[in-house]
Amino acid sequence: MTEKTLRKGNEALAEGAIRAGARFFAGYPITPQNEVPEYMSAFMADAGGAFVQAESEVAAVNMVYGAAATGTRSMTSSSSPGISLKQEGITYLASADLPCLIVNVMRGGPGLGSIAGAQGDYFQATRGGGNGDYHVIVLAPNSVEELGNFPKLGFELAEKYRMPCMILADGILGQMMESMAFNFDPVDPNTLGKFDWAVDIHKNGRAKNNVFSYKGDNLIADVVERSKRYGLIEKTEPRWEERDAEDCDVLLVAYGLSSRACLEAVNKAKEEGVKVGLFRPITLWPFPSRRLAELAAKAKGVLSVEQSLGQLVQDVKLAVNGRTPVYLNAYPAGGQPDGASILTAVHSILNGGKEGLFDLQEHAEGFVYECKRDSRLGIQGDLKGGK
Amino acid sequence: MYQGIRIAGFGGQGVISAGILLAQAGVENKKNASWLPSYGPEMRGGTANCSVVVSDGEVYTPIVSAPDTVIVMNEPSLPKFEPIIKKGGLLIINSSLVNSRPARTDITTVCVPCNQIAEGLGMDRIANLVALGAFIKLTGAVTLESVEHAMKKVYKRAKPEMLELNKQALQAGYDAVK
Repeated sequence: MTEKTLRKGNEALAEGAIRAGARFFAGYPITPQNEVPEYMSAFMADAGGAFVQAESEVAAVNMVYGAAATGTRSMTSSSSPGISLKQEGITYLASADLPCLIVNVMRGGPGLGSIAGAQGDYFQATRGGGNGDYHVIVLAPNSVEELGNFPKLGFELAEKYRMPCMILADGILGQMMESMAFNFDPVDPNTLGKFDWAVDIHKNGRAKNNVFSYKGDNLIADVVERSKRYGLIEKTEPRWEERDAEDCDVLLVAYGLSSRACLEAVNKAKEEGVKVGLFRPITLWPFPSRRLAELAAKAKGVLSVEQSLGQLVQDVKLAVNGRTPVYLNAYPAGGQPDGASILTAVHSILNGGKEGLFDLQEHAEGFVYECKRDSRLGIQGDLKGGK
Repeated sequence: MYQGIRIAGFGGQGVISAGILLAQAGVENKKNASWLPSYGPEMRGGTANCSVVVSDGEVYTPIVSAPDTVIVMNEPSLPKFEPIIKKGGLLIINSSLVNSRPARTDITTVCVPCNQIAEGLGMDRIANLVALGAFIKLTGAVTLESVEHAMKKVYKRAKPEMLELNKQALQAGYDAVK
């Protein structure tokens, strides 16, 4: 436990990871997470670990693969387009059953996007991202304090279930300063004991350990066997936070920074005499579906508030399963919610309005899109065409 | 108490560092505080600004889109931030460098010649602290002592005489508001 101090999100995360026993970090610079490798470069060596600025994101995640195979608490961090590059490594880590920590401090997308904070990588994080049938555990902090404390939780979950864990934060959380305290004492990884599967130098003639991501003829059996762990995780590991969620007319669902704007809406609504609650998933996978379904059954409407264009809302709909209407209040590509705009959407739900509620097909209403080609401009592929 | 503040000025006027100081002072006062710089492809010589929240309760989003108080240190920041101040909010203008005055009448405007006062103390660069002193007098969001404590934590490598000068600037700003 520490006293509350003012820290920048990215620095709290990096310090939290070192405190949690991370002893290998490889990364490649990208805004808005640059303070993470910067901090690691300054302090990882002092902790007895290794910091590598890799030549690319792909190299960094594969270095983590190697370090994780030795049982070392290993991690990498990046932001959205960089995490896209890492997906090959992540699916290989999942296939090789290796624990590690991957941090995504999200920015606007798609493509290069923008450096504004965003939540557009929800699908990528919760649906695998890479190829094949696999999951990563996804933790979504909503404060600098959680950013600092989640690396320890992440490593512990990753090691327990032998799989990668991702911390999904966003640019604002990474860049902001806030008072925070660590809720744990520094971990000395040398006291943790070895894994029986880890690749290392050994004596006493035990059989050698190998780490493979390629399963050959055993692939089906391997994937089916691993899914038992996934089932267990879905049953026992969902984490969430509730505010006034038991007795409300509109239940807001939001994670990360959006959930803080929702708190403002919950409190403002209370002043107006409107009953609004908040359900904040802390684990995005496993998604806390069962509890959300219970709470949603008592509400008139459920509103997904997200800095993306209808991603979180899909898990909300799966959980609610048609029993209560589910709506979307969306702020994509770097848009930022605030209490007032969320309340507008809440009032729309209660009064049958439309303002603040996003529906993809209604959004396209009356819009016609044509594929335009003009032969006067020349023929496709004809270099002599045009004027 | 929930104070959302924007501090804006030229890069180099210390608006970012005044924000960190204010947030740290909030923490010293056992309040919750957040700080967020406007980061992005900012232009050299252009405007810089930061958002600070000081609250007795939880800090909602650290992005202050409708500030209770705006401190404007240079001319270009006035038209940018005047429109977003909350109704009934406070606008502190560095009248040494800002000649324009706001058109809005639903806010309280206080003019403080920050650079002039700072120059009087012998250093133009501490105008940001003069503005912060005025802010404290007007809002009581944090105490003067807490900012003095915060200075030692934020300006770790500052010489004692520089800290002393900073304190004087803070006090002068505080006293400049009647």
